[in-house]
Amino acid sequence: MSEQIQESAGEEPERIPVMQQVLDNPFLLLFLGIVFPTVLYILWGVMEIASVPVAR
Amino acid sequence: MMTTTYRTCPRTGLQFDTQAESLMRFNAVAAVLSMVMGGLTAVLVALTRWPAIKLLPADQFYQVLTLHGVNMLLFWIIFFEIAVLYFCSSTLLRCRLATPRIAWLGFALMVIGAITTNVAIFQGGSTVMFTAYVPMMAQPHFYLGLILFAVGALLGCFIFLGTLVVAKNERTYEGSIPLVTFGALTACIIAIFTIASGAIILIPTFLWSVGYIKEIDAQMYRLVFWAMGHSSQQINVAAHVSVWYAVAAIAFGAKPLSEKVSRSAFLLYILFLQLASAHHLLADPGVSSEWKVLNTSYFMYFAVLASMIHGFTVPGAIEAAQREKGYTHGLFEWLRKAPWGNPVFSGTFISLVGFGFLGGISGVVLGAEQLNLLMHNTYYVPGHFHATVVIGTTLAFMALTYFLIPALFKRELILPGVAKFQPYIFGLSMYVMTLVMMGAGTLGVSRRHWDMAFAGAPFQYEWPGAAYLMMGIAGLAGVVAVVGGVLWVLLVVGSLLFGKKLEEGEFSARPTILRMPVASSLSAHGGAVSHHVPGTMVLGSVLLVAFVLYYFVNWKYLSEVWPMA
Ligand code: HEM
Ligand SMILES: [Cu+2]
Repeated sequence: MSEQIQESAGEEPERIPVMQQVLDNPFLLLFLGIVFPTVLYILWGVMEIASVPVAR
Repeated sequence: MMTTTYRTCPRTGLQFDTQAESLMRFNAVAAVLSMVMGGLTAVLVALTRWPAIKLLPADQFYQVLTLHGVNMLLFWIIFFEIAVLYFCSSTLLRCRLATPRIAWLGFALMVIGAITTNVAIFQGGSTVMFTAYVPMMAQPHFYLGLILFAVGALLGCFIFLGTLVVAKNERTYEGSIPLVTFGALTACIIAIFTIASGAIILIPTFLWSVGYIKEIDAQMYRLVFWAMGHSSQQINVAAHVSVWYAVAAIAFGAKPLSEKVSRSAFLLYILFLQLASAHHLLADPGVSSEWKVLNTSYFMYFAVLASMIHGFTVPGAIEAAQREKGYTHGLFEWLRKAPWGNPVFSGTFISLVGFGFLGGISGVVLGAEQLNLLMHNTYYVPGHFHATVVIGTTLAFMALTYFLIPALFKRELILPGVAKFQPYIFGLSMYVMTLVMMGAGTLGVSRRHWDMAFAGAPFQYEWPGAAYLMMGIAGLAGVVAVVGGVLWVLLVVGSLLFGKKLEEGEFSARPTILRMPVASSLSAHGGAVSHHVPGTMVLGSVLLVAFVLYYFVNWKYLSEVWPMA
């Protein structure tokens, strides 16, 4: 019934690829996931709207 | 700190932190109740837009439509998603839930918020639709309820992140977090951006409604509102894609074709999905074409690519697992011999195919700036998003519930014979409804419009008969879909109340390492053994061909709008 996990027995410490390190870091991902839309969508958009001349 | 115990489910081997378990149950029940509200109002909306019936008068129609949008899109889905977040963190990582007290506080805020907003809409002074565009003003407690709900949901997101930290510190998993949990993390990240945007726009709007702020700029409101309004749909996408992977693992023991590829696709979601919010402003004058096109086309296509990857790897994973079991005949034996009578699977598969063919294709077409002009604010738009958020998200969540009833609620499903058909009734009628809604929209029928005939208007518009026909079919299919929804609610509530009580399983003071098939395939690592998935290749190619054809048909159609000759 119980499937034992059979890893890590005799493994030597392997080098973790950079991409995997990124994917394994939730807070870095959170940072990226907030910065991208904030800059490209919100800030850029707000700048465009703010620069529309006001009618007199 | 509250001490907790752990229950190991004897049917699945999943291990539930007792606190997390009751939180999941309460959130799921709140979700079902919201669905009841949303479903009741869905009938009224569908029957009013059915031209031959036109049930409600105009003012009630818009009030009911507000209730429908808010309860379905926000409350039903987000309550359920919080349950999914707790499941994917505490249960799949086999660890205690971080700060359960705060999780309860979050739940309480969400409940109070949801009730407050519903009361505000019922009182009648807040018939502003879920978008609540300024300068339309709702009652202050309409906004206040939404803000409380959002704060509660934000607490849930932080608890998810906190639980990841707990699991890492207490080393309850090896290597990376499981793929399903990674998908939930994606949803959580998008949710945090979503809720922050919501706060930026709803708090000032609330202050405006009580008179502290003079004016909210309508264009700014639309910009920031859609950072919330659209991104919240992307929480759904990330969440239901995770549910697809979960069901592939639960029902087939399937492993993704390549974990690396699936994770990278989720990363594309994190980076690019939310930029698509700009498609709601494609007809707005205040923002430039550069901003529109870069966000909705160039960047958004990375996210579309990610969806296509998921749409390919989920059935691919199922095909690989089935072929391994010996269903290797021809292209589609693996699919024919799939458990079509099991609503966990059938619901998921109907969700996946409908999301791709109906929601996905129409979304890309609608998101292209030029083509958008053909369909902007027509009935095409709700047609499109009922294909994403109802067929994609809602149906996937319904399917998962059939698994959660024994695993989480410890009850046997009542009336399994009815449950077998429920995903077909709900899903297929939604296929029909979304198709004809998009058809009517292509002919120009407006969304959020009480009377497409413009009775009594000085200038009349002659609709082609097909427009009325499709609106009628949409109404009919909508009613059938509601019947499918009612069946689901009855099955769920009935099972919780009257289903045979199942064995609870063992309780222990600390997490165990014992793993049984479902639990272990949900948190396993590594890709499928074989990548030989010709059936999925064919399905994927059909999707691409359908997309290309439909895309060009729309360009042709656009070219005919302003005849040159
Ligand atoms: C159960 C069957 C359902 C039916 C028959 C149904 C029917 C409809 C119809 C006909 C409209 C369009 C009204 C109009 O634009 O004039 C509508 C709008 C909408 N529906 Fe549904 N719906 C259903 C389920 C859902 C679900 C499950 C969700 C979300 C998860 C949802 C979310 C929405 C939203 C957000 C709107 C837009 C409201 C607005 O324009 O303010 N619906 N629905
Ligand atoms: Cu959108």
